[in-house]
Amino acid sequence: MKRLLLSTALTLGLALPALAADYTPDPNAKPGGDIIVTYKDDVATLDPAIGYDWQNWSMIKSLFDRLMDYVPGTTELRPGLAESYDVSDDGLTYTFHLRTGVKFHNGREMTAEDVKYSLDRVTNPTTQSPGAGFFGSILGYDKMADGSATSLEGVKVIDPQTISVTLSHPDATILQVMALNFASVVPKEEVDKWGTDFGHHPVGTGAYKMTDWTIGQQVVFEKNTDYWRPGVPYIDKITFQVGQEPIVALLRLQKGEIDIPGDGIPPAKFTEVMSNPDEAKLVVVGDQLQTGYVTINVNMKPLDDVRVRQAINMAINKDRIIQIINGRAVPANQPLPPDMPGYNKDYAGYPYDVEGAKALMAQAGLADGFETELYAMNADPNPRIAQAIQQDLAQIGIKVTIKSLDQANVIAAGGDGTAPMIWSGGMAWIADFPDPSDFYGPILGCAGAAPGGWNWSKYCVQSFDEMATKADSIADPAKADERMAMWSDIFTKIMADAPWAPVFNEKRYTMKSARLGGDDSLYVDPVTIPVNYDYIYVKE
Amino acid sequence: MTAYLLRRLVQSALILLGVSFITFFLLYVLPADPVRQIAGRAATQQTVENIRHQLGLDQPFVVQYIRYLGGLMQGDMGRSYLQKTEVASLIAARLPPTLLLMAAGIFCELVLGLTMGVIAALRRGRAADTGLMITSFVAVSAPQFLVSLLLLYVFAVRLSWFPIGGYGTFRHLVLPAVTLGILGSGWYARMMRSSMIEVLRADFIRTARAKGLTRARVILRHALPNAILPVIAMIGIDIGIFMGGVVVVESVFGWPGIGQLAWQAIQRVDIPIIMGVTLVSACAIVAGNLIADLIAPAIDPRIRIR
Repeated sequence: MKRLLLSTALTLGLALPALAADYTPDPNAKPGGDIIVTYKDDVATLDPAIGYDWQNWSMIKSLFDRLMDYVPGTTELRPGLAESYDVSDDGLTYTFHLRTGVKFHNGREMTAEDVKYSLDRVTNPTTQSPGAGFFGSILGYDKMADGSATSLEGVKVIDPQTISVTLSHPDATILQVMALNFASVVPKEEVDKWGTDFGHHPVGTGAYKMTDWTIGQQVVFEKNTDYWRPGVPYIDKITFQVGQEPIVALLRLQKGEIDIPGDGIPPAKFTEVMSNPDEAKLVVVGDQLQTGYVTINVNMKPLDDVRVRQAINMAINKDRIIQIINGRAVPANQPLPPDMPGYNKDYAGYPYDVEGAKALMAQAGLADGFETELYAMNADPNPRIAQAIQQDLAQIGIKVTIKSLDQANVIAAGGDGTAPMIWSGGMAWIADFPDPSDFYGPILGCAGAAPGGWNWSKYCVQSFDEMATKADSIADPAKADERMAMWSDIFTKIMADAPWAPVFNEKRYTMKSARLGGDDSLYVDPVTIPVNYDYIYVKE
Repeated sequence: MTAYLLRRLVQSALILLGVSFITFFLLYVLPADPVRQIAGRAATQQTVENIRHQLGLDQPFVVQYIRYLGGLMQGDMGRSYLQKTEVASLIAARLPPTLLLMAAGIFCELVLGLTMGVIAALRRGRAADTGLMITSFVAVSAPQFLVSLLLLYVFAVRLSWFPIGGYGTFRHLVLPAVTLGILGSGWYARMMRSSMIEVLRADFIRTARAKGLTRARVILRHALPNAILPVIAMIGIDIGIFMGGVVVVESVFGWPGIGQLAWQAIQRVDIPIIMGVTLVSACAIVAGNLIADLIAPAIDPRIRIR
């Protein structure tokens, strides 16, 4: 007990200062007002264990809360439903101290039992959660996954305000995982009541509560006046109108009928919008944790020769590709996007050097080139980008046939390992949470190289997997810099092998009506993708 | 008559069975794996197999198809893979708007098409006839998406006469219904024109004229009722083509009908919804044809049911 107390005191001292100081909301923000947000597609679900698309991600963020949260508009963690947490000396047990007086929308107080229930639910295979895999480091996850347990061994309720999460191996990303939508706390009685229809009758502790869902027409959120964070949210009512084509949404925004066109600016209208000063001032630009890249299958001849992969990296004219998408991106030279912790800003990457690329091809004995295939998703602008890559590679003798297919088919070909090269646009990769490990395991590590995985290069180096495991076992927040240095090193070493040709990091362009206030970063939030509804407000 | 009806009902059931089999088979051979879509990109192979088993997608095709049919017999169309909601309730929520839009659209296409056809027939060979027939040709071949957007832009955005898409009031209904009306009017104009020309040549019209009736009375009392009925009987057959137009028009005007539902489900490979919408549409088309065939003899006594 003494040891526990001591270690708790020590780690408390270490852990809390590393958390970002809490956020100071906009001093001009004022409560009140209703807004309208439009989307083309119906909202699929608002069940936080299931929802995993552009549209419901930010909606679920505002309906539910998690143990951990992010400072609005940034990638920094801050406490959420947990007021504080301690980490044991071995880095395996996290003890979360919950806030008191937090109520679900149905009026019941949230307790540690609800946290336990929610984590058990998301990892239970019968829930069919696309996010279950994120909880893999929690002790007992494997037994949940194979169906031999119905409760996570590592998650224990200590008292109504305290819960401990024990891991099977140290994992520095667990706090990020506890901030994912999938870790949202849900009330058992409501899930039991609605069953699989809970996704249409969501009840959480979040800043907004859902008050109406008319299928095919609208979803209405109203302010949770009992919200535990004082002062927020500001907006009284958000109406999400669905079934609105992006081009129609733009016309309605121009007439002042709506506030946020959720699907953004239709590509065909981009130049027109940006060249009209009245419209351009409604545009908000932000960075996102995204990289677009070409995967090069390391198991296929002659792409298994590192010199060929390097030559491909050097032959692609990234600036020209960025012009194709109207300059909505910056060139990338490594897997991590610039805003991601661990990004190596000293790394220069492969230069655009056609002669150098030809020389490498000659060294590989392929001066006459070869024929191969490039898969791309068939939605604009991806086929045009694939054509640009095709032309670039033709210059060094590589004759590329483009396979422009439906998204699901490209993903299937990538997972099976039958695609020599894939342009990732429209499919991959955007971070689930702001940590470099999310850019390794599924897309460059050995786990993702298994059949059906998202590592489309089928690149698998055991020593990098070991380095990654070692980096993620550094749970002490005070050593975060050391951990990030290790991740930088891994990605830089990977680039020497060139399993990818990174092309660009896309920027997010969105629009909002003139009457909406709040920092621009709230409309292009890198974590609450895209809009942080809790902190935006109506000006007039 | 009863025997005929029975035979047609059995035929219709067989057609629907065929449609369900072909659609189910096409969705089965689709290379896109719905389980991956559900499991998400972070899923392990184990999770994927687990979900596949829960949904019964690890079973052979025949077993899957028979299970689906079995559910269908009990009124269970399954649950959406991604929304987890019952397909029947999703379709039920979206059917009334589609039926309303179809009724209004058919009304518009009849009013426009029949008027054009009658005028063209009466002015046969003259400039008005040529002009109207060119117009009907353009209406038939015009891209649905373009016409929808054009009307939306002119009458809702520029002139502000109608709301820019949406559902709820009569004003919301006008533009999508008129769009469908314009797009479908071409067929009816052409059919009405030839039907009217044929009737005007008929002996009873000559008799009516010979009796000294006024031209207006001959056309309105004698020619029109005889010419219009065979054309109206075509509505049943037209429903299939009409449904295709509804998908596009619903998307542009943000009309919450089953066309929109189908379009979204296809993009998300949500097989239970695609199956459900296909079957409901097929039912509508089969029923439309059946009704058209049944009322045809009532309209034209020369047609006999055997």
